[in-house]
Amino acid sequence: MCLGVPGRIESATEDSLGMRMGRVSFGGIVKEVCLAYVPEAKVGDHVLVHVGFALSVVDEAEARRTLETLATMGELSELRGDADAPPGRPAP
Amino acid sequence: MRHVDEYRDEAAATRLLEALRRRVTRPWTIMEICGGQTHTLIQAGIDQMLPDAITLVHGPGCPVCVTPVEMIDRAVTLARRSDVILTSFGDMLRVPGTFGDLLGAKAAGGDVRMVYSPLDALALARRHPDRQVVFFAVGFETTAPANAMAAWRAKQEGVANFSLLCSHVLVPPAMEAILDDPEQRVQAFLAAGHVCTVMGYHEYEPLAARHRLPIVVTGFEPVDLLQGIALAVDALEDGRVGVENQYRRVVTREGNRPAQALLAEVFEVRDRAWRGIGILPRSGYGLAPAYADLDAERRFDVASVTAVEPAECIAGEVLRGRKKPHACPAFGTRCTPEHPLGAPMVSAEGACAAYHRYGRGPGGTPT
Amino acid sequence: MSDARPDFGKLACPVPITTGPTVQMAHGGGGRMSKALTDRLFLPAFRNDALAALHDGATLARPAGRIAFTTDTYVVRPLFFPGGDIGSLAVHGTVNDLAMCGARPLALSAGYLLEEGFPLADLERVVASMRDAALRAGVPIVTGDTKVVDRGKGDGVYLNTAGVGVIPEGIEIAPTRARPGDRILLSGSIALHGIAILSVREGLAFESAIESDSAALHDLVAAVLAAGGAGVHVLRDPTRGGVSSATNEIALSAGVGMVLDERAIPVREDVRGACEIMGLDPLYVANEGKAIAIVAPEVADAVLAALRGHPLGREAAIVGEVTPGPAGRVTIRSRVGGTRLLDMMSGEQLPRIC
Repeated sequence: MCLGVPGRIESATEDSLGMRMGRVSFGGIVKEVCLAYVPEAKVGDHVLVHVGFALSVVDEAEARRTLETLATMGELSELRGDADAPPGRPAP
Repeated sequence: MRHVDEYRDEAAATRLLEALRRRVTRPWTIMEICGGQTHTLIQAGIDQMLPDAITLVHGPGCPVCVTPVEMIDRAVTLARRSDVILTSFGDMLRVPGTFGDLLGAKAAGGDVRMVYSPLDALALARRHPDRQVVFFAVGFETTAPANAMAAWRAKQEGVANFSLLCSHVLVPPAMEAILDDPEQRVQAFLAAGHVCTVMGYHEYEPLAARHRLPIVVTGFEPVDLLQGIALAVDALEDGRVGVENQYRRVVTREGNRPAQALLAEVFEVRDRAWRGIGILPRSGYGLAPAYADLDAERRFDVASVTAVEPAECIAGEVLRGRKKPHACPAFGTRCTPEHPLGAPMVSAEGACAAYHRYGRGPGGTPT
Repeated sequence: MSDARPDFGKLACPVPITTGPTVQMAHGGGGRMSKALTDRLFLPAFRNDALAALHDGATLARPAGRIAFTTDTYVVRPLFFPGGDIGSLAVHGTVNDLAMCGARPLALSAGYLLEEGFPLADLERVVASMRDAALRAGVPIVTGDTKVVDRGKGDGVYLNTAGVGVIPEGIEIAPTRARPGDRILLSGSIALHGIAILSVREGLAFESAIESDSAALHDLVAAVLAAGGAGVHVLRDPTRGGVSSATNEIALSAGVGMVLDERAIPVREDVRGACEIMGLDPLYVANEGKAIAIVAPEVADAVLAALRGHPLGREAAIVGEVTPGPAGRVTIRSRVGGTRLLDMMSGEQLPRIC
């Protein structure tokens, strides 16, 4: 599961029931996507889309941070700063 | 494409692989939960590029594969009714049931239509008020919000000719079942990134603590998977346990609150049968009482349709990571994508289909 | 008749048939209504001497060289799609099959299986499209047939086109000729046709500028042969089943292996987007205006230049190489450096959610 593809919100409207729908572009093709689950999403944001529903807004800052870490990493331990600190960590 | 191509970058992949090779000191067995992750691992050839010490075991994260045979049979039964338009995602159309698959039902005259989104099925119901439109609602938690919205809208708008044939399953009970198996060898999990987009990952924390293992929430592109594996190996080598999040650009610990709210309204947690595994308590969704009249099993009285599994299919062993597809005596001979004995050979992300299509024989190398 | 191309003369818009707006059983019956259909629709559209003779078969002068002969039946749905329709597809497809033999196309036949009730306006559209495609390709439709089946026994229209062509001396194109060391070239970006069709199918529609790449490739092939001569070993248009089916079939025929490079395969951004959201692999999606050329290494650069110099080959690329084996095995290097088998498709590739 689950094919989730990031696309860019090109425009947004509300339908007769007040549900937000957006036109989302995936590399140039545009699909109608339900935005009801991402009320904070704005035109220009990238959202992760699965079966016609946006499930999450892509966090640009986190994406950038991940890519920067990957670009400069040498050892695996350098990745650790990129992930949440896990609970239950044994004392060093 | 933005937020896609960057995670297919060869330089990043190479750096991760080299760091992995330097770090690993002993054998580790890691399970990726999601079939979509299995698909990428094999399609990109990552499984072969990893150091030999790392063994990847493929998990039950293929909702198509674990859909019980009786659900397929109920869908086929409904498809054969002249008053029904049976709508489904493409994945389900070729999964074999006792009386054949949905494409077979279509060939025999059933009105079976593929849709991209559950809302398309609902739109079909509005356009054809004289027909009953049944939507085959399959999936893990990732797909549940979409199916929930279709149900919610149907009720709000009073679309009386729409119903759902519900076969939703949940990931954490499956992981528990795997971990409770005394024979299991999994030492770390790559959790399903898109499921966690919806549900967050807080529910995995008790699991990681109780069974004392690392769980890394991981995405689906090659670099995501390599980074997820790298984080898992780093934790294993250090002896650290707990949940980490590789897929930070779309997953948060709490998950998607609006989606969870609608899931709580439309669905209730139930015991569910998993093909090849059996009944797992509180492992799936059914429609909540307020939505019971949208339940196709009730509306058409097909709940009694039961099924027979082909004896040879070892889907259960494969889905639990106990056996690799090529260890099955029928693999590639009596069981092929053209003549599948079970769902993992049909589903695009089933381990058996992936192994067959991308050429993995014993030892994992292309045969 | 000489080797000179038939004179198409004035091209008139076919006169509308006034027997009612839809196809009747009698249109296929051989009587007055059949004749009316031929006289007023097919003849004016495909105007040429061979057809006008209205014999049971067309008479053509025998050309010097070997004859290539091919046939194909077209059942595409929907009938009209972005970038083409069943008519232009049928003309281009058969012209291309001849071209992939290394032949210069000479003439086509067109057989129509019409369903009673099919709108004549749609038939006129299809025929006009075939007329235009044949004219652009310079290949006349010289003979044909029409049959009508009862309502419910057909699907609007099914089309068969057959074609004859002539293969010049010294040209030997066959799948068995692929040799280890040969380079595999692709004439341009893939998956356009299949995605254009999906974009207008019910249940999958999306907004896109993607049009079918359906086109006649014989001119492009002529440029390839001029550049590569006897070094051009195999030509194939990757239609149903895409690049993966075509390469697998050739590898099996020739008893060789192949290695492709995912990084080299041209795919348009928007086509990729469509494939991503539907979970489709572009290598398995149909093309109708692309050619695979497998050529000796010493002519690879010249053939590539010839392709890129042609309007239909601007995005051509070298995408792989033929290996000694294992026989029939095609593998592909992934973008991140791994290897996988590029297997034959089993059944149709369906959009997926997982």
